Amino acid sequence: MELCLDQVSKSFGEGRKASLVLDRISFTMQTGQFVAFLGSSGSGKSTLMRLVAGLDQPSSGSLSLNGQPIRKPSAERGMVFQKYSLYPWLTAAQNVAFGLELQRLDKQEIRDRTAFFLQVVGLSDWAACLPRQLSGGMQQRVAIARALAAKPQLLLLDEPFGALDLQIRESMQEFLHDLWCRTGLSILLITHDIEEALLLAQQIHILAPRPGRIVRSLVVEHDGSDLAGLRLSRPFLNQRQALAAEMRQLDRPLA
Amino acid sequence: MPSLNLPLKRQLQTLLLKPWALGLSGLILLFGLWAAVAAAAVVDPLFLPSPWAVLAAGQQELAAGQLWTDIAASLMRVLGGFGLSALVALPLGIAMGSSTTICRLLEPLLALLRYMPAPAFIPLLIIYFGLGELPKILLIFIGTLFFNALMIMDAVKFVPPELLETALTLGGHRSDLLTRVIAPCIAPQVLDAYRINMAAAWNLVIVAELVAADAGLGKRISLAQRFLRTDQIFLGLIVIGLIGLLIDLGFRFLMRRSCAWAN
Ligand SMILES: Nc1ncnc2c1ncn2[C@@H]1O[C@H](COP(=O)(O)OP(=O)(O)O)[C@@H](O)[C@H]1O
Ligand SMILES: [Mg+2]
Repeated sequence: MELCLDQVSKSFGEGRKASLVLDRISFTMQTGQFVAFLGSSGSGKSTLMRLVAGLDQPSSGSLSLNGQPIRKPSAERGMVFQKYSLYPWLTAAQNVAFGLELQRLDKQEIRDRTAFFLQVVGLSDWAACLPRQLSGGMQQRVAIARALAAKPQLLLLDEPFGALDLQIRESMQEFLHDLWCRTGLSILLITHDIEEALLLAQQIHILAPRPGRIVRSLVVEHDGSDLAGLRLSRPFLNQRQALAAEMRQLDRPLA
Repeated sequence: MPSLNLPLKRQLQTLLLKPWALGLSGLILLFGLWAAVAAAAVVDPLFLPSPWAVLAAGQQELAAGQLWTDIAASLMRVLGGFGLSALVALPLGIAMGSSTTICRLLEPLLALLRYMPAPAFIPLLIIYFGLGELPKILLIFIGTLFFNALMIMDAVKFVPPELLETALTLGGHRSDLLTRVIAPCIAPQVLDAYRINMAAAWNLVIVAELVAADAGLGKRISLAQRFLRTDQIFLGLIVIGLIGLLIDLGFRFLMRRSCAWAN
């Protein structure tokens, strides 16, 4: 898998009211990589994600996956949203099976994959529950299982834990990290949470707002075998603080 | 004996805390008041018939088979007119909710028609279709179509775009969205719209029958007026109210059964 964005810009509106939201974004990522986009809210993160998902078209520039231009949404790029991530009228298992039914797989295959991916996210016992009976963290795990069940080449996560309580968010981050280590998924994560990006991603692109543009890309190198410990380690905290200062600087011209 | 009284009081208290308890006591209170005023004979029974007079009128109409004929006549008109309206409003509302073009084309028109009181169409309908069943059914149809369609349109517009887009990123086609996402998502609101607008249909059938009909609950009331039979008028009103309530409860039941997720 290779995702390649080349000079991608996006503006909304026409003529004088047009506003540039993304300004010449270029980057590539390969199979198995965990890449994060870090930016404050309004910096165009979701817009970028929608372009990669194929839900929207760029105003200029090009996006491609494995050399094929991205034109429309497809199961090869699975997406998890922050809100309304599950179908509230379907049980957890039915939610996971949803995409497989859309792809018209045969019944046995659907049943097997659903059971398997519910187990992958640790929710086999909750298969028959409606989303409203699940906690926010569980709901996002089901949404991730549903995306994974469609066997995407690339998983797109748009602030998937943004609406969760701090503690649940931490455990979900550990869950996601563990999932990535186990499965070798390619993950593109969008977040405004510096700690989250630093903990999980191998590569971080920092997005400055108005218009959204990559101001710096950094490669993260630390031992991810113990996230809870890493969170509190000195080098990590220093790096996090430096990044926070840098992010504040980007928002300064606004104030 | 306070030791015996206490649990009784408790029981009464917990009973009163039930959601339906207060509503029921209000009803009982009203009936009690009615019976008391009627028994005291302070109001001319011509204006205020006693509950037992109304009951007697009911027994009489039941025995003559009149009540069932009237109920059936009114019910058939409501079912015909409202059924037609529900059937047309569903695709219309969905089309308006999912296509900006169709919405822009039709919304001002529907909004205008909505403000024309349906009963004002009665003279036209009578001129076009005479005094039979068709004008009554059509009256209910036009009187509820626009409300149904606009409410369904709103429901479709409020389907979270994330739910639609998730389906697309899972390998769904645009043609899957209507049946797999939009339909189940709006089902509770559609049922609720039908429940609310059913009340309007029930009002309109009575209005139509007051003008011209050979049977029906509204017809019975207007006949009773001619003979100063206030007991029959009261009976008609109560039966109309009860049937309306039953239909409402029916919709609520349907909703609870089929859309448990939305409660
Ligand atoms: N469909 C749209 N039409 C017009 N403006 C939009 C649209 N989508 C996003 N924007 C604008 O783009 C900017 C970035 O939005 P978004 O990508 O949602 O940011 P983020 O996800 O980083 O919070 C915002 O100022 C928003 O108002
Ligand atoms: Mg966003």
